[in-house]
Amino acid sequence: MDWLTTVDHKKIAILYLVAGGLFFGIGGIEALLIRVQLAKPMNDFVSAQQFNELITMHGTTMIFLGVMPVIFALMNAVIPLQIGARDVAFPFLNALGFWTFLFGGLLLNLSWLMGGAPDAGWTSYTPLSSTTYSLTHGVDFYTIGLQIAGLGTLIGGINFLATIITMRAPGMSFMRMPMFTWTTFVTSAMILFAFPAITVGLVLLTFDRILGANFFNVESGGNPVLWQHIFWIFGHPEVYILILPAFGVISEVVSTFSRKRLFGYSSMVFATILIAFLGFMVWAHHMFTTGMGPVANALFSIATMLIAVPTGIKIFNWLFTMWGGQIRFTTANLFASGFIPTFVMGGVTGVMLASAPADYQYHDTYFVVAHFHYVIVGGLVLGLFAGLHYWWPKMFGRVLNEKLGKWEFWTFIIGFHMTFFVQHFLGLLGMQRRVFTYLPNQGFDLLNLISTIGAFLMGVGVILFLVNIAITARQPKGVPGDVWEDGRTLEWSIASPPEEYNFKQIPLVRGIDAFWKEKMAGNKEMTPAEPVGPIHMPSPTILPFIMSVGLFIAGLGFMFANDDFGNGAMNFLFNNYIVVGLGLAITFLSMLLRSLFDDHGWHIEPDELNGKEVKA
Amino acid sequence: MMKPWKAVKRLVPLFAMLALLLSACGREDLSVLRPQGPVAEGQLGLIKLSITIMIVVMLIVFGIAAYVWIKYRRKPGQNDIPKQVEGNHKLEIIWTAIPLVLVLILAVATVQKVFAFGEDYSKDANAVKVKVTSHLFWWEFTYPDYGITTAQDMIIPTGKKIALELKTADVLHSFWVPSLGGKTDTNTDGTINKAWLEATNEGVYLGKCAELCGKSHAFMEFKVKAVSPESFDRWVEAMKAPVQTIQDPAVAEVFKTQCLSCHAIGDQGGPLGPNLTGIGSRETVASILHNAEASGKPIDGKPVKDNLVEWLTDPQKVKPGNKMPNPKEDLGLTDAEIEAIADYLANSKLSY
Repeated sequence: MDWLTTVDHKKIAILYLVAGGLFFGIGGIEALLIRVQLAKPMNDFVSAQQFNELITMHGTTMIFLGVMPVIFALMNAVIPLQIGARDVAFPFLNALGFWTFLFGGLLLNLSWLMGGAPDAGWTSYTPLSSTTYSLTHGVDFYTIGLQIAGLGTLIGGINFLATIITMRAPGMSFMRMPMFTWTTFVTSAMILFAFPAITVGLVLLTFDRILGANFFNVESGGNPVLWQHIFWIFGHPEVYILILPAFGVISEVVSTFSRKRLFGYSSMVFATILIAFLGFMVWAHHMFTTGMGPVANALFSIATMLIAVPTGIKIFNWLFTMWGGQIRFTTANLFASGFIPTFVMGGVTGVMLASAPADYQYHDTYFVVAHFHYVIVGGLVLGLFAGLHYWWPKMFGRVLNEKLGKWEFWTFIIGFHMTFFVQHFLGLLGMQRRVFTYLPNQGFDLLNLISTIGAFLMGVGVILFLVNIAITARQPKGVPGDVWEDGRTLEWSIASPPEEYNFKQIPLVRGIDAFWKEKMAGNKEMTPAEPVGPIHMPSPTILPFIMSVGLFIAGLGFMFANDDFGNGAMNFLFNNYIVVGLGLAITFLSMLLRSLFDDHGWHIEPDELNGKEVKA
Repeated sequence: MMKPWKAVKRLVPLFAMLALLLSACGREDLSVLRPQGPVAEGQLGLIKLSITIMIVVMLIVFGIAAYVWIKYRRKPGQNDIPKQVEGNHKLEIIWTAIPLVLVLILAVATVQKVFAFGEDYSKDANAVKVKVTSHLFWWEFTYPDYGITTAQDMIIPTGKKIALELKTADVLHSFWVPSLGGKTDTNTDGTINKAWLEATNEGVYLGKCAELCGKSHAFMEFKVKAVSPESFDRWVEAMKAPVQTIQDPAVAEVFKTQCLSCHAIGDQGGPLGPNLTGIGSRETVASILHNAEASGKPIDGKPVKDNLVEWLTDPQKVKPGNKMPNPKEDLGLTDAEIEAIADYLANSKLSY
């Protein structure tokens, strides 16, 4: 029960990790089924319809429900600690964000059991995603599930913005923030601007499908290309929302395990902001073949190529952070080191794709599939593995097994390159993406087989990681706070895992890499910025959970509002929007409760702080 | 602990093997890497330029990375604190400026080609105009200057610019002939696209739908058949020539009422399904059953008549999700009628 009501950022981090891990697993299984189907030409392991559902759900699940929550897990676990805060700015919202994400994700995945998953691709281009061509409720699960899950992301983004702006410890100016905090900050700002676009797009598509609106219906004056613009105005910033936190993780890990401060910190900050800014200027490079005309294509080509410059700055800064350092190849640093060349490969194909006329050839082929898996898996997922191995002791008080970690790394990265390197060539040889099978004798057979074998090797890597978690969980807790010995930022100055209130006294920050600076000055701990006093804590509450359940019910009710159940009572409940009303009533009543009854939280008194255990 | 150079050692044979494997660069009629016309050549030129620049960038990054990983490993007992370097303005300016220059080189080449390939030849008297209409899951090609319509095989003369006008009849598709040029989406009315391509040599080139369009997206293939200008003129004449009808009056009646309500052959029939004129000399039946009599690209198939019988017996089995009614179950055709119609269509050939 404790887990349902918690508002503690450290526990919410673990919830995000577990839920994200679960969805990541589902997405991974979908990926393996896709690869089995494509292992040989004219295979009939799955049907064409099942294949389209698999690719749609693989993409949607991985992006929205797999990697985003794991990113949020790391942010939640680390950000308040890194900035010397006791929690996030809005602990209630934090819990609400998690539960809406979870129920949105569950709703989306329910589609497998309730008449078929969405089948129009994760991009859900109209008219294919309209009711004329996608007959099941699949796409409704997509629009409404993502809408609810997207709420969670938006809430999370706003929360981190407020947290980072208002809750930094005394002395931590913006230009003294750790790099991961910076990238989280910029990412949250991007979420704030990008997610409303998809929210609007999903509303339009939902209305088209359920209420018979005509936003994308050509016969009634709508325009399918409009959907592409709306989707990518969100969709392109979204990939930077994914990769920027990974950049932050790599910056932390590389610097810690080289025992050096981050090279070119201010240019790193500048590059991050520039990438975010340019990220909003390039959405139409996903649409070069849509027919926007040469002027638009040329402009979006150039804007896209420019992103290579700040990204290059980052790469070289990492390399020169290591230059002259003392590098330790822990598992975390292995993943970070693997990230650099792999991400560079994804980046250079990105520049190649930016050239519009060349993109006419790459577009919607396996070349593109290879490219975005290089940046998302080779970039983001390697970054997440690095971050998880790095902060695991801080989250759970136990160090993941290093020996097994090395095995994870090597199986995963070799499997990864096997899977996706060959796909560049598949695309150039003429294989388009999202095909459920292909004819023999086109030169695709061997490369596809290699790719499938590689995918299973990646699967082995992920299983080893799970085994590692299981083994580690049996170890006794209790690692030192500064478990890697070279910790530089504030989270390493407190216990692993930290007490509920994080910092007994808020620390005084005297420079960049605050904890390292104190250590170099010969101090064992941070200098406190306040005397020991009572600590205000937020109360646990079940309301966020109940509000999300309400949204879940309302979503299901709306989706089936026009269905004939062959049962009078059910028809009455659904067709009159009674189920929708019930769900919304639950949510709004909870909001009302929250508004009418002020909860001032509770305090931990100083004498309790000196005791061993502090329990809520 | 696994040393980084061991990883390199492991990957080198893998990549070497791949390099060998790929030296063939794929099929001449399908691969982006073996262009057969000016558009695809120009695009490959850009690909080559960008990959050359990018390989240089990668080598520099990988080189520095390998160097620091080997040189700056922490040695046992090494306990001094490394110098905490804040940054280096000169270096930072270098790695900002050089990529900027590289990107500009690529940008100039890109802009040139964007406008070259965006040229509209639809008013050019020397160009052959073709209206491409995509359907679930087949392609229709109309030649407005000649008043003819065909499906699945687009016949074009070599050495001439082909001015395409592309649209869809249902969901979005994308027209792609890798060896002749990149793709253009076929949009709905209101956002109709134009594009052009040209084939230097005679031959059959494989075309594909590149935008997810439903169940049989994978099977929505087509062929572009480039022939000499003289042969093209003969084809146009043959397409316009009157079509022989079915001998057996009973079968002719079934064909007329059941098939020609959607399909057209010669000057008869409707426009909903693929035009059947000269279907006996096409590359495929329904784009996926390859005909033994044709070029055998990419695979040899069964005789055209067998393919027609297979298709007419159960279209959904061949191409899931297609719009054709089942001739037996929905239209009530008998096996004998299917046989007779297949025989008739198989012999509906064009010589050009």
